[in-house]
Amino acid sequence: MFDPVRNWFLGFGDIGLVVWLVVLILCIAVPVILAVAFYVWWERKVLGWMHVRIGPNSVGPAGLAQTFADVFKLLFKEYLLPAKSSKLLFVLAPLIALVPAFAAWAVVPFDQKMVLSNANAGLLYLLAMTSMGVYGIIIAGWASNSKYAMLGAMRSAAQVVSYEIAAGMALVGVLICAGSLNMTDIVQAQSGAHGIFSWFWLPLLPLFVIYFVSGVAETNRLPFDMAEGESEIVAGFHVEYSGAPFAVFFLTEYANMILISFLASVLFLGGWLSPFPESWPLVGIAGWWWLFAKAFFFAFLYLWFRAAFPRYRYDQIMRLGWKVFIPIALAWIGVTGVLVYFGWFGLGGAR
Amino acid sequence: MTIDLILFYIFSAVLVLAALGVIGAKNSVHAVLLLVLCFFTTSALWLLIQAEFLAIVLVLVYVGAVMVLFLFVVMMLDIKVEPLREGFIRYLPIGILVAAVMLVEMLLLIGVKNLQVAPPVDPSGASNTAWLGMALFTRFLLPFEVAAIILTVAVVAAVMLTLRKRSGTRYQNPSQQVAVKASERIRIVKMPSSPKPEPAP
Repeated sequence: MFDPVRNWFLGFGDIGLVVWLVVLILCIAVPVILAVAFYVWWERKVLGWMHVRIGPNSVGPAGLAQTFADVFKLLFKEYLLPAKSSKLLFVLAPLIALVPAFAAWAVVPFDQKMVLSNANAGLLYLLAMTSMGVYGIIIAGWASNSKYAMLGAMRSAAQVVSYEIAAGMALVGVLICAGSLNMTDIVQAQSGAHGIFSWFWLPLLPLFVIYFVSGVAETNRLPFDMAEGESEIVAGFHVEYSGAPFAVFFLTEYANMILISFLASVLFLGGWLSPFPESWPLVGIAGWWWLFAKAFFFAFLYLWFRAAFPRYRYDQIMRLGWKVFIPIALAWIGVTGVLVYFGWFGLGGAR
Repeated sequence: MTIDLILFYIFSAVLVLAALGVIGAKNSVHAVLLLVLCFFTTSALWLLIQAEFLAIVLVLVYVGAVMVLFLFVVMMLDIKVEPLREGFIRYLPIGILVAAVMLVEMLLLIGVKNLQVAPPVDPSGASNTAWLGMALFTRFLLPFEVAAIILTVAVVAAVMLTLRKRSGTRYQNPSQQVAVKASERIRIVKMPSSPKPEPAP
């Protein structure tokens, strides 16, 4: 569907190729940023309803422009640089956090052939990018030269590294089932004859739960928000940040949440595949709207968790990660191997 | 000059500068971060020769996990940098010796490799991830398993060496905590909502 535009750009040679890639990147990055803005609004609305209050309602229709007002307020605020901070790292930290959060979107397939990079090692690339996000937090915490920021960074480092192992194990189950590291192939492998029951969520149910909960922990969201912990360490790693850099941290966190929502839908809920049989008119057609609907569901779960659960204690988080999730994930990888080996759960459309 | 070659020189320059920075940085945290940059640039170089699996695994394992823990430890330690830098001249001859040996070894390796023919290109176009997996689990299965066992033993040994039994520490038992019922923690007391009015005198 993009072929004529692509060919027009490629007609200009190497420069055209670079411009075409930049256009594609902007086609993903700008909607992500806009989605973050509306996601923040939606979060405040949902939290408001769950707390039996109204939420933002003054700026724009139904308060929709509230986030944009907040962003402009932050951008025009003074940017404070703590006197005894490590200046270069203090400035770099928000960018180091932001870049992997957006780079990971390169391999997310939105529809058949609607992917920026159809890389063979897509799943590995995703793991690598999400594992790099923690650097922004650690560097921010250290460079601020503040005790609270340092404590937040330390907590976050230990937590993210622990939960990455659990999330990585869950993805091993997915790649055993799909027989491929390519994201598009993984979705194709879920397009079996049984419709919704061919998706990976059913045979990999424990891994599915582990992956999403680990995703919540990796993005430092409630109930695992040890890195911020307002009631314990003020605001954790970004306590010294103000103005635009704070906005960048905010953007990173929400972009990561949306990314995890998309990944959970792509890896376990069949991506752009329709939950209804193909013969059904209208709703049976597979397309990107299904992926967006599924991702919206997971994004909503994030907010639901935030409203429903109290914050975990630190030792409880570590126990859940190391003593519950990792053993279950390891055991289920073995089960998945047996299922696939004996053909009880087929490789879907991949083989 | 092709674009690959230009990129190679850019990444190599960054790599060499970052490596120099690792040993030259005054602050140990800066040194660790420069080491992260080294790994990342190496990974980019490997991507240039289309070893995508190794390149991404380098980022995943070293940048994403090992160096995070390294950074964690270095930040916690209060390292006095000055005494560490004192013996620079004294240890320089040993350093030069090691560097020379490594250089000779590398030259030998590259020399041997140049004598061989170019690596075979897979005609079916399978990714080198699949190739590596096939090689590891068929031809090199025994070394692979031995390496896995050695690593497991090392992990167990490290835990056993650092695990100290301290007397007097008290632990929570999560299974007991979970088994608690609401009735054990809270007692609902029935009380009249308003005190009975005093009889009028």
